[in-house]
Amino acid sequence: MSETWLDVCSADELEPDDVVRFDHGERTFAVYRTSESRYFATDGLCTHGRVHLSGGFVDGTIIECPKHNGRFDIITGAAKATPATVALGCYPARVVGGVVQIAVTAAVTTPAPNIA
Amino acid sequence: MQRGLVSAEWYHPSIPRAQMKQFMTRSNGRAARDAALWLALLAGSGVLAHLTWGSWWSIPAFAAYGTLYGSASDSRWHECGHGTAFKTQRVNTVVYNLAAFMVLREPVSWRWSHARHHDDTIIVGRDAEIAVPRGTSLLTLSSELFNLQSGPKELRKLALNCVGAVTPEEREYMPKSEYHKAFWSARVFVMILVATIGWSVAIGSLEPLMFVGLPTFYGRWLLVVFGLTQHAGLAEDVLDHRLNTRTVRMSPVSRFLYSNMNYHIEHHMFPTVPYHALPALHEAVKADLPPVYQGLRGAYREILPALRRQAKDPTYFVQRELPHTRQATS
Repeated sequence: MSETWLDVCSADELEPDDVVRFDHGERTFAVYRTSESRYFATDGLCTHGRVHLSGGFVDGTIIECPKHNGRFDIITGAAKATPATVALGCYPARVVGGVVQIAVTAAVTTPAPNIA
Repeated sequence: MQRGLVSAEWYHPSIPRAQMKQFMTRSNGRAARDAALWLALLAGSGVLAHLTWGSWWSIPAFAAYGTLYGSASDSRWHECGHGTAFKTQRVNTVVYNLAAFMVLREPVSWRWSHARHHDDTIIVGRDAEIAVPRGTSLLTLSSELFNLQSGPKELRKLALNCVGAVTPEEREYMPKSEYHKAFWSARVFVMILVATIGWSVAIGSLEPLMFVGLPTFYGRWLLVVFGLTQHAGLAEDVLDHRLNTRTVRMSPVSRFLYSNMNYHIEHHMFPTVPYHALPALHEAVKADLPPVYQGLRGAYREILPALRRQAKDPTYFVQRELPHTRQATS
C-alpha cells in the first residue's frame, strides 16, 4: 500500500512538548513534537477510555491521557501505565517545507505488547 | 448505560492550551517537600507515642500518629495513584503503595476502581467509589469515622485476593490481565499485617499493632471528614462535575493534610493537573464554577441536613446553582 502524506499543521503551530489533534475522514490522530523537535504520530484516542489524547500531557516521549492518566510511549505506542494496557498504533511523521505531515495509510509499528 | 451516561463526554471549562500545559507541568520539588514533612511528622509522633507508651501522654501522640497514618495517607495515595504528585513515576509508585497499605486498599484493584470513578463519577451502578449511597443513615456513616464499614470490607477483599479470587465488583472494573498483580500485592499486605499481629502476640502487647494496622481504623476520622465533602448529598447520574462535586475553601494545614483535594471539582475536570497547581487552576476556572464552600463548616452545613433527608427520601439531592451563563451538560 502506497503512503499518502497529509498536511497536519504548520510546524510553528505545534510547540515543543506538545500534541495536536488531527482528524482525517472518520479517523483521529495525535501528532506530537518533543522538546528536541522530533515529530511523532499515534492513534488519537486513548485505548482505555476513548478520550482524545490531544488534551493530555506530553512528558518527554510519553503522552498521558487527560481523563485517567494512562500513559503511552509516543514512539512505540506501548502502554506504559494503567489503566492503559493496549498499545496505540503509530504513524510516520515528518516536517516538509515547514509543514507537519503524517502518513495515515496504516500504522507503521506492530502494536507493542500490552503492559499486563 | 442506555441513558448515555457511561464513559460519556463531561462538561469542561475552556482553558488556553498554553495555560493548561503550565498547569499540567510536573516537578519533584514540591511533592518531595510535602512528603518529607508528612513522613517526618509521622516519625516524630510515632517516636513520642513509643516513648510515652503506657502513660496518658501516649493518647495525643497516637491521635497525631494515627491521623497522619490513617487519614493524611489517603490524599498521598490518591495523588500518587494519578501519577501527578512527583515528576518521577517510580517515586509516585513507591509512595502510592506505601499509602495504599496505610489506608488498607489493595493498590492494583483500587487503581482500576479509581479510574472508573473518574470515568463515571457518581453514576449509580458504575462508580464503585460512591461514599454515601442514597439512604445511608448518619449512624452507619459515623461508624466510618473508625473504618468500621470499609475496613472489614477491605480485609475481606484482601483475604479473597490472597487466595486468587476477586469480588464481583472487582471483576466489573478490573481486567483479568491485572488479577495476578492484585493477588500478589494483597499477599504482601496480609503478610505484613499477620507478622505485626504475631509480633504483638509474641510480646504480649498491643503496641506494634498501634503502629501498623490499627491506625487505619483509629486514625481514619479525618479522611472521612475531608472525603465526604467531595460528593455527598449532591446529584447522581449527571455529566457535569459542578453538579456532583464540591470545591471547599480550606486552611493551609488542612490543604497540606489533604493535598489540595478540597479543589475537587477542578481535580475531576482536569486530573492531569498536579495537586500543587490546583489553586492556580481554580483561579482560572472559578467563573465557571458554582460558589465555593467556606470551610468544612460551610460544607457540612449543607451535607448533614442533606444526608439526613436522603436517609428518608433517596430521591432528594442538593441542586447546585451554576453560573447563569454556563449551562450544565445534563
